[in-house]
Amino acid sequence: MSVDKATVAKIASLARIKVSDAELEAIAPELNQILAWVEQLGEVDVTGIEPMTAVIPNTLRLRDDVVDADPLTGGGRGDAVLANAPAAEHGFFGVPKVIE
Amino acid sequence: MTNYRIQGATGEWEVVIGLEVHAQVTSNAKLFSGAATAFGAEPNSQVSLVDAAMPGMLPVPNRECIRQAVRTGMAIDAQINKWSRFDRKNYFYADLPQGYQISQLYHPLVGEGRLDIILDDKDPENTKTIGIERIHVEQDAGKLMHDQHPTMSYVDLNRSGVALMEIVSRPDMRSPAEAGAYLRKLRAILRYVGSCDGNMEEGSMRADVNVSVRKPGEPFGTRTETKNVNSVRFVMAVVEGEARRQVDLIEDGGKVVQETRLYDPDRNETRSMRSKEDAHDYRYFPDPDLLPLVLEDDFLADCRASLPELPDAKRHRYETALGLSAYNAGVLTAEVETARWFEALLEESAARQGKPEGEVAKQAANWLMSELFGALNRLGKSLETSPVSPAQAAELLALVGDGTISGTIAKQVFEKMLETGDGAGAIVEREGLKQTSDTGAIDAAIAKILADNADKVEQYRGGKEALFGFFVGQTMKAMAGKANPQLVNELLKKALG
Repeated sequence: MSVDKATVAKIASLARIKVSDAELEAIAPELNQILAWVEQLGEVDVTGIEPMTAVIPNTLRLRDDVVDADPLTGGGRGDAVLANAPAAEHGFFGVPKVIE
Repeated sequence: MTNYRIQGATGEWEVVIGLEVHAQVTSNAKLFSGAATAFGAEPNSQVSLVDAAMPGMLPVPNRECIRQAVRTGMAIDAQINKWSRFDRKNYFYADLPQGYQISQLYHPLVGEGRLDIILDDKDPENTKTIGIERIHVEQDAGKLMHDQHPTMSYVDLNRSGVALMEIVSRPDMRSPAEAGAYLRKLRAILRYVGSCDGNMEEGSMRADVNVSVRKPGEPFGTRTETKNVNSVRFVMAVVEGEARRQVDLIEDGGKVVQETRLYDPDRNETRSMRSKEDAHDYRYFPDPDLLPLVLEDDFLADCRASLPELPDAKRHRYETALGLSAYNAGVLTAEVETARWFEALLEESAARQGKPEGEVAKQAANWLMSELFGALNRLGKSLETSPVSPAQAAELLALVGDGTISGTIAKQVFEKMLETGDGAGAIVEREGLKQTSDTGAIDAAIAKILADNADKVEQYRGGKEALFGFFVGQTMKAMAGKANPQLVNELLKKALG
């Protein structure tokens, strides 16, 4: 697998990362080197082996359906949530107008 | 079951519809945090650091949300996957602080299921099965407001992280009516199960409508997806309008483009959301913050045991065990509130009248569907806000059942109950509405009527038997409606010889 300049530009755009044309020239071959390196894994025969989904042999823990049981993961802290917002107005986050 | 066709210049076209319904899971707390889910709170007051995607926060799933999705899956006869997993769906938008939605693309919690729809209420046995491909659990996004400030949009994250079930149908529907029936049935099942309140006005349920057209018998055409349609009526309008648009487009030599569209209810038309063209590249991958979700047999058994009797089973029981007509059984089971009200009325009625439920069911069903529904309609109320309770209604029906009042008087008493809130027994007592079986009084009334209408008596005796109804009416009127109708019939027959 390899990527061309156009693909890299698209990935950058989807990730909202601004990459100049000059940078694209450098990044595309770099990404291809990484991809080639990872592709070596393809040489391992994995027939009959279940894909590993997590590195710890455990399953998901679930929480009880209780509101604000733990203040660290509960609501009611609008001030903290909005503390670093560039424009907090009337309790909302203000963002540049986005409209369809 | 339907033969809905779009007439085009080149012949008839068939529409193919699939629905993706987003249903908000009924729970106290959000899917991955302890913040509350209640509707209508102050902006950003129900947002945890998890929901705001602050660095270092880890999602921990809410057991109740998983349980409700499993119960919903069981209610549509679906395969429940004991092993499922969460994935990240990556996109940037101001209402999505994480930059990705936690969803389930590759291993959803619920697999293949189905539900049956009825198109004609008069013929409830005639059903069509609509396949359901999957139900997965995912996070809702925040809410954007565009009209509060000239240059800014306001973001409220209260809804961010609330649990949704995405219920994906097979492309099995072939008309606007079928799409409407599917959505109504799905909503009814969700409300019976209690996994979603089905409130489309508050956005608890919304549908993405996939529509394509083809000549009957040909392979599927290219589909468009109209997002976030929030009523049954609008879904039907989208199907109708979009099918028409696609047929016209193809017949004019154009091609349908696979795209996302938006419905404008004011103009009743859909339009392309061109800005989302690129957005379909979501770069899904398994969420490294979340281990696989593995469900134990005990958990599944508890989910199954907690399911209520569902609408199809209830309808069947009303017909077979209670002897109701297919139509009545269909109406009474279509909404969980109606069924609950009816069953409360049935239980009270049976107890008051000392009869088995099967013997009072028809009386209760007929009264509920004609008298109560009629009155609620007139008053602009629903069963939840009904001024008369099932117990009060049962008292009224018992008075009819034991012959204390006639059906006609019962209507008057019911009106008084609605006006005053008093009990039926008290009203009958106060207004002296008790039915009389006093043969002397009835005979006297009959004698007077026969004397006053000698000509009609002669005609009747001469063979014009239809006049009997006239005499009954006059007698009841003379008795102010309070005479026992059976007795009136008997005594009249005797008097008229």
